[in-house]
Amino acid sequence: MTDFGSALGAALSLVVRLDPDLAEIVLLSLQVSVGAVFLATLIGMPLGAAVALFRFPGRTAIVVMLNALMGLPPVVVGLIVYLILSRAGPLGVLGLLFTPAAMIIAQVVLVTPIIAALTRQVVEDLWTEYEEQLRSLGAGPGRALTALLWDGRFTLLTAVLAGFGRASAEVGAVMIVGGNIDHVTRVMTTAIALEVSKGDLALALGLGIILIVLSTGINGAAFVLKEAAQRRHAG
Amino acid sequence: MTAPSTLPVSTSILPLEFYRVSFEAGGKRLIKDLSCIFAAGPSTIILGPNGAGKSLLLRLCHGLLKPSAGQIIWHGAEGRDPSAHQAMVFQRPVMLRRSVAANVDYALALRGVPRRQRRDMVAESLTETGLSRLARHPARVLSFGEQQRLALARAWALMPQVLFLDEPTANLDPAATHTVERVITAIHAAGTQVIMTTHDLGQARRLADEILFLHRGRLLEKGPADAFFAGPRNDLARAFLRGELLWRRPRDDTSDQAEKTENG
Repeated sequence: MTDFGSALGAALSLVVRLDPDLAEIVLLSLQVSVGAVFLATLIGMPLGAAVALFRFPGRTAIVVMLNALMGLPPVVVGLIVYLILSRAGPLGVLGLLFTPAAMIIAQVVLVTPIIAALTRQVVEDLWTEYEEQLRSLGAGPGRALTALLWDGRFTLLTAVLAGFGRASAEVGAVMIVGGNIDHVTRVMTTAIALEVSKGDLALALGLGIILIVLSTGINGAAFVLKEAAQRRHAG
Repeated sequence: MTAPSTLPVSTSILPLEFYRVSFEAGGKRLIKDLSCIFAAGPSTIILGPNGAGKSLLLRLCHGLLKPSAGQIIWHGAEGRDPSAHQAMVFQRPVMLRRSVAANVDYALALRGVPRRQRRDMVAESLTETGLSRLARHPARVLSFGEQQRLALARAWALMPQVLFLDEPTANLDPAATHTVERVITAIHAAGTQVIMTTHDLGQARRLADEILFLHRGRLLEKGPADAFFAGPRNDLARAFLRGELLWRRPRDDTSDQAEKTENG
């Protein structure tokens, strides 16, 4: 317990002093995760909504696959993206390996299925309610799709948050494709893993505290926002 | 859009002809070899007990369902898209998760009405249905009666040639029913052909010029409302008017789901 106590004390002082190394790591983490979730939302939401709306051969297989991909092991995703981006890989010429861009790509692969699968569920439920009315009003598939995404926006926020939770917490993928290079690709989760193995528990714990505070804060803020908006619109 | 659908077009898409139309679902024939013509003019009410196929008939008319056999022809369409000149109000109003005004605005936007014209049309339809004061409220916090009026406002704004109504007052109290009926009468007076279902005989007497009597997917009688209420030719229709049990209690409200499962 004394270890924990002293580590906690040191961690808090790092946070309070706004240690520059710590700040850099936190900032990069946010850049990578927010960027990845943003891109995954752009891909996953229309994809999920389209799967919800359209009937085509192989649709069931896609639904099952999206659900299964929600549980992709980050380490494996990291490995695959690594192979693709490495010198000998198909996209090796881009020279992206061990850069933040590579980390974003890996996290997009991890997060897109989560956002797509949850979006499909939300949109499908809404479509059941809206279908006859929208068809009666003459909405084509494109218009119906945007209306469903817009009207489901508060529920869809949950899908984005789930994606953010996944992105900010995973360590395996960013470790492999980023390489945990100091001042370049070191993010909170990889730094924690490293500091623990080095025995610098204070920095690890400080980062851990910040990670938890950030994710709780973002989720809390989104929850309050969603509740308020939903009350106003009787979602 | 080639022609603005919201302006009254000189020629009607009516008459609508059903030629030997059947509809099957789940291996059951729910509409059986139905032929009839809906002409422009009289407001038409489709009567019948639960499970008669009234809702199905409306959905076939409106194009939400495709017939399993037979033909449904809009004789006046003349190359126009008939669905652009129709609207439908459902038993359970479907409210978009937006404001009252935005619900009407969205319907107009789908018909390609330019934004600057929409504002006036939204305001007018809300005034006609007595919803102006609620324009900025979210649609889903309205009472059920207000929601049904909003559904009517949405239909009104579109100024359709034909308006289908599927038991629009089935879940409403007498006061709300009265308001809704007043709006329907006004819409009909403004030149829209009204085709609606009900199993409320009082409502049918108040609103109908013409009655279709449906029983178990068959059209048993069609004629002027006065003659129908004075003495229907069909035995089952007579029994229905006397309030006898044809299948179940005629006033027993059930959802579409129940209507489908009861049929057979």
